[in-house]
Amino acid sequence: MIPSKFDYYSPATLQEALSLLSEYGDDAKVLAGGQSLVSLLKLRLASPRCLVDLGSIGNLSYIHEDGADNLLIGAMTRYAEIAESKLIAEKCPLLRQTALVVGDVQVRNRGTLGGSLAHADPAGDMPAAILALKADLKATGPKRDRWIKSEDFFLGMYATALEANEILTEVRVPVLNDRQSAYLKAARRPSDFAMVGIAVCLKRAKNGTCEDVGLGVTGITDKPYRPQHVEAKLRGQKLDPAAIGAVAQSITEGIDVNGNIHASPEFRAHLAGVYLSRAIQAAIGS
Amino acid sequence: MKFPVEITVNGVKRRSEVEPRLLLVHYLRDVLEITGTHVGCETGICGACTVHLDDEAVKSCMVLAVQADGCSVTTVEGLASDGTLDDVQQGFWEEHGLQCGYCTPGLLMSAHDLLRKSPNPSAEEIRRAINGNLCRCTGYQTIVHSIQNAAQKMRAKKPAAAKQVQPAKLRTSKRKREQRRPATV
Ligand SMILES: Cc1cc2nc3c(=O)[nH]c(=O)nc-3n(C[C@H](O)[C@H](O)[C@H](O)COP(=O)(O)OP(=O)(O)OC[C@H]3O[C@@H](n4cnc5c(N)ncnc54)[C@H](O)[C@@H]3O)c2cc1C
Ligand code: FES
Ligand code: FES
Repeated sequence: MIPSKFDYYSPATLQEALSLLSEYGDDAKVLAGGQSLVSLLKLRLASPRCLVDLGSIGNLSYIHEDGADNLLIGAMTRYAEIAESKLIAEKCPLLRQTALVVGDVQVRNRGTLGGSLAHADPAGDMPAAILALKADLKATGPKRDRWIKSEDFFLGMYATALEANEILTEVRVPVLNDRQSAYLKAARRPSDFAMVGIAVCLKRAKNGTCEDVGLGVTGITDKPYRPQHVEAKLRGQKLDPAAIGAVAQSITEGIDVNGNIHASPEFRAHLAGVYLSRAIQAAIGS
Repeated sequence: MKFPVEITVNGVKRRSEVEPRLLLVHYLRDVLEITGTHVGCETGICGACTVHLDDEAVKSCMVLAVQADGCSVTTVEGLASDGTLDDVQQGFWEEHGLQCGYCTPGLLMSAHDLLRKSPNPSAEEIRRAINGNLCRCTGYQTIVHSIQNAAQKMRAKKPAAAKQVQPAKLRTSKRKREQRRPATV
């Protein structure tokens, strides 16, 4: 399996990468960890005229705090780095919990946070976490940066709000105290993509009721989504199994649920409800 | 259009001119003729092509050779020294961790990646660490035993060093080199 021919650039600066994108337009593709794109090239599902490798741009891989209660994560930060970061384990364990269940070790050693979000696989794991965390994504274009809310970022199957001449450069995650979180994924085998993946980030009041909650759902439909109607129903509720169970099935309300060889739409919708309950309980126990 | 690359393979610096679309696994096997690394699925699933890129396990069919420019690569040929199997290879030998051997070069490299980070892994941890490597023969049981055997050997040799866990380093820069332009542009 051999990709078709392409021009390859490995620019040393972001500016240069951006001007290549402007020059080539739709004929260019950005290369990050390659764990999706190299497959697409080999299968010739993608045949770009030009690849712009971000691997030589030194300052796109970092995890730090901004002094205003946010974690800033560079787009080229790899899953393995997220899973092993002490700062993330302490300030935002959901990202660690999620990174650890992506694919396998080899994929986690190469695949990047930016790549997984920009690729927008309808069953990608990281998008669910990013939605539950209400993170913002920085798109850098030739003229300016703009911030995109995670809930506005995923537009459909492999489609995002990024323009062809923009590069996703940073993810900004609010650090909120006293949160509990979990990411649970239903898959036939551990290294498979999610049939259903549910990310939960919640804050409980002193009396145990739900004060605030963010949810991210993947694997269900053409894009990862944040079910705000379920979040609203959960707020103020006692988080016992009966109360959670009562709202859980509404997670696929109004959603066109996918069916394929791994799971029919009915089974997938059922799984989503069950996994929402389990994920909330796992978060409470975390 | 070819690109010059410099890749250190099993400790030896190799310079070649490659097409950007050349996969690292084909670079190793067809250009350098180092054929211990196997090609199974070519789609990133089976892990037969696993090598170390800057000391981390990666699937070499999922990396372009040009992406490895300036990096070091270790293949299964880099494990034994002077004809003596290393501890992981010896563990596989003793515990019958292979039958046909097709998956073995990749599994050895994944086992090394695990044992560097976790010198005393549980069976469960081993199973998770090799979930990117498929074996159609053994049923995995003997592979798990092999890796436990290897871990024991390595701990016995280096009790102090074995305690260290080396987290993945944030790469500030993959490589230092002048930027590259296609020769024809
Ligand atoms: C065997 C296997 C199992 C996997 N299992 C899972 C799984 O369980 N869960 C899961 O979520 N994923 C899984 N993946 C996919 C993996 O997570 C990919 O790494 C990820 O989807 C893409 O990240 P990347 O850095 O490799 O990006 P690339 O493959 O390099 O790029 C992917 C796409 O995003 C674009 N892109 C990348 N970075 C940027 C950027 N900064 N700005 C703009 N565009 C960009 C590229 O142009 C390309 O279109 C698996 C992959 C393999 C091979
Ligand atoms: S040949 Fe690379 S993963 Fe199968
Ligand atoms: S020994 Fe035959 S595939 Fe593993």
